[in-house]
Amino acid sequence: MSLLSTLARLQAVRSGVAQPLATVRHRHLSERPFVLVPLAAAGETGAPLAVLLGQDRQHPRLLTVPQPLDRDLRFAFLARVGDELLPYLESFGGDVELLERSVKDPESGEKTVEVRELCADAPQLVVPNPGGVELLGLFGRSTRFRRTAEDPDPGPYPAPARVPLLGRWLTHVSDRANVPGSSMLLPLTTTLARHWATGQSSLEDAHLGALLAWISPPEGGRGEEAALRAENGRDERGQLLVPPAGPATDPDFDSLLLAPAITRYDAARAAQDERLTQARAEEIDALLGAVLLPVWHQVWQGLDLLRTLPPGAHVADRWESDRWSYTGHRDRVAAGEPPQPLHDDAVTAARRLAQREREQVRVDLEEALDDPLAMAEHRLAGQAFAGEVVEVQPAYDTSGRSPKPRPLVTVRTEDRPHLDPGGEAHRAGGPASQKAQLVELDAEAGLLTLRLLNGMGRKKEPEPGTVPEPGEQVCFTLFELAPRQSAPLPDPEDTPWTHGGPPK
Amino acid sequence: MTTPSPSSPATSTPTSTPTPTPGEQADAAVAAILAAALHGGERGTVVDSPPGAGKSTLVVRAARELVATGERLMIVAQTNSQVDDLVDRLAEADPALAVGRLHGSDALPSEIAMRHPGVVASTKVGDLRELPVVVSTAAKWQWVKETDPWRHAIVDEAYQMRSDALLAVARLFERALFVGDPGQLDPFSIVGTDDWAGQHHDPSQSAVVTLLAHNPGIVPHRLPVSWRLPASAAPLVSDAFYPFTPFRAGTEPGDRRLELGPPTTASGTTLEQAADEVLDVAAESGWGLLELPARLTVRTDPEAVAAVAAVVARLLARGGTAHSERGSAPVDADRIAVGTAHRDQAAAVRGALAALGVTGVTVDTANRLQGREYDVTVVLHPLSGRPDATAFHLETGRLCVLASRHRHACIVVTRAGIPELLDAHPSTEPVQLGVVSKFPDGWEANHAVLEHLRRFRVPVR
Repeated sequence: MSLLSTLARLQAVRSGVAQPLATVRHRHLSERPFVLVPLAAAGETGAPLAVLLGQDRQHPRLLTVPQPLDRDLRFAFLARVGDELLPYLESFGGDVELLERSVKDPESGEKTVEVRELCADAPQLVVPNPGGVELLGLFGRSTRFRRTAEDPDPGPYPAPARVPLLGRWLTHVSDRANVPGSSMLLPLTTTLARHWATGQSSLEDAHLGALLAWISPPEGGRGEEAALRAENGRDERGQLLVPPAGPATDPDFDSLLLAPAITRYDAARAAQDERLTQARAEEIDALLGAVLLPVWHQVWQGLDLLRTLPPGAHVADRWESDRWSYTGHRDRVAAGEPPQPLHDDAVTAARRLAQREREQVRVDLEEALDDPLAMAEHRLAGQAFAGEVVEVQPAYDTSGRSPKPRPLVTVRTEDRPHLDPGGEAHRAGGPASQKAQLVELDAEAGLLTLRLLNGMGRKKEPEPGTVPEPGEQVCFTLFELAPRQSAPLPDPEDTPWTHGGPPK
Repeated sequence: MTTPSPSSPATSTPTSTPTPTPGEQADAAVAAILAAALHGGERGTVVDSPPGAGKSTLVVRAARELVATGERLMIVAQTNSQVDDLVDRLAEADPALAVGRLHGSDALPSEIAMRHPGVVASTKVGDLRELPVVVSTAAKWQWVKETDPWRHAIVDEAYQMRSDALLAVARLFERALFVGDPGQLDPFSIVGTDDWAGQHHDPSQSAVVTLLAHNPGIVPHRLPVSWRLPASAAPLVSDAFYPFTPFRAGTEPGDRRLELGPPTTASGTTLEQAADEVLDVAAESGWGLLELPARLTVRTDPEAVAAVAAVVARLLARGGTAHSERGSAPVDADRIAVGTAHRDQAAAVRGALAALGVTGVTVDTANRLQGREYDVTVVLHPLSGRPDATAFHLETGRLCVLASRHRHACIVVTRAGIPELLDAHPSTEPVQLGVVSKFPDGWEANHAVLEHLRRFRVPVR
């Protein structure tokens, strides 16, 4: 936890309301997100119990598994999830923009223009918390390899037709959720906690009800009281006033309400009384709907809160990466490629790790550039400094054939960067990327004299606007402002002996 | 040289001579390693080396023997300073050897490496291809495009190299000698890597772990003697961090002696008096524990930072002489290092030292002190003043690096109450299927070190 967020938490404790950690919104929010509040059955990993889902805030759709141990019911449930979700996921595939790029033909070496499709928008799924992301991933894992009646060899237990396809999509979105900065599958608690600091621990922030209680406490109330009520308040039947946001349910709900209802359902089924079975299933629906609906409203309330912040400048760029990822998966499905493998081979694992590390660096940089509060954390850590230009002296590098501009810029700052003369700094928010070297440091007076090294054009005199002027506010970072390119890796079929050779 | 059996590392003591000297033990191990690297049945040879066991010497010697066979050799190190250091040692050992130093356009080789006439530097591998030895970082080697593979490679600090980096460079060589210290800091990633936990080729784990998982025929060799650590430190470091692969010190108790000038007169502050006292304890015993009153603090605890700076300043002010098997030399600023867990702590210590007028002392994090050697080290304990014990602060390798950089004495500065903190925070890292548990865990190692240091405790009142 950074010093700044610790301070914000202390302030939240004192004031009784969450404090902003961001001045802009760092994640993309879709115009029409698809919200899912999934619940898992206790006792078996990845066993679905219920989900409340849809795009219409007023009319969510409730799907349940009345007997979670019954695998037929489970896959029937997932088939219905697919009926709701797949049309939404596929609806973004049709509207594309065409992008041209020139590529070199590997054989003839000639340049040709390649036209690629990029979907104009992509789906966005919202779940209450990281547990929801994980559960969708488990659903994907349990369904994407299933055989259906349409397979040449359907096996003794064919799954409903579109279940494997749902599994491939769920696997894709939950994998994508592991890519830093992605917004295709948003866990709400993490996203809210990125933008607000509460007066409780980050572990407690994982409770959506308590987190929202801090961010928007009831009129005249304080965050800690509202959060305590959200966590522990129970009604006269011993049930939580604010049901947990899943995927796990409250054990008291399970034992006092759900288990007896499932037992009654089983009895009706055993008696082969269809009407009674139906009635018992509806009772279970009512129970689960009652604990899901409050969470459903919390999720939309959370989205409303996020929408009060304007989007950061780089958010659209990162959403474009999500659009590329969506387009790529659409193409793989259309091309009839097999489902994602259970485990990555060595090369794919290394590629994906490299991508995630690159995206982590990118999102950290872009957040700092988009948001003064994010940059402030780097300034407090001595990794950046901001201040006013007090003096600019023209200077030149005359070592080459023609002189190049290397002006000296003196900045007055109250920050204390960990920078010694000779060290490099990078200008944030300048007209172009610009590198500078610290020439002189007067720590007492807070004066840093930097020599600008590039980004000033090719002429002897710097291009207008490329050198800051006295009185101008500038910001420099000690870290580079673009992620480094990842090194090339061999193709999977060229996996070397150190890594077990090519995959079999 | 006899034909070695590739799967029997020669670390066991020969039965004919019941008590081999450290030198004989080390020589036998090196001979077996070189034989395996040159003629062994496996393409890879792995050498585990405890701190200061002559790893760099081994690399230089192996490089010269491999070059002597007439084959070209590539050497992979992890950082630019390691590469420069290696180039310097190679050229020092054999001034006639032409050494290529491959480097990036924004990372020029240091003068230390380039002062030798036999060293050629270039950013393009094509310029260096025909030289007998080419040295570069793993990060730079990854970008070398298609080229005939080298017959031999030496991978230095292989336990700090990530599996994915090895994946990117392994196409460049046919056989390789991997040398490293398994007890130091593991490579890390800035993102979560649970997706691959337990898989043979988890790209975030160390290159050696992946190599051994895929090549079960490779049995790691061991260097059995630490030439750096004094007799006072080797048993503790061996027991606490290498419980299953013990090593011994190359010197006997009394071979190394740290002689200090007289302490301050009574006029010094309490902190200065405590610093003098802990220096006397450390000069006598090789260890010192300067303990501040228990307190929860920010990471850059000003009192602890001041205590670290005071110890360093007093040491320099009193003037020390280090007597060892290499002779006697003054303990100057460049023979002293301060180790911390975090960069901001290092920056705070640097600031405090500068305020006391002390210059030339190395102050860095554990990560950057890996592979370095000093006469005296002053360590700010990673858990000092913390309210919790996270996996980062408990990491075995971090404490191991900090406690094994010294030839004479190590002084640990800490807040009281760490054993209680450890007891309140048992490690809670999830157990991943398929991941081999590392022993000892940081929790156990921390307790072992503190238990030992308790005997050398000097409280600050």
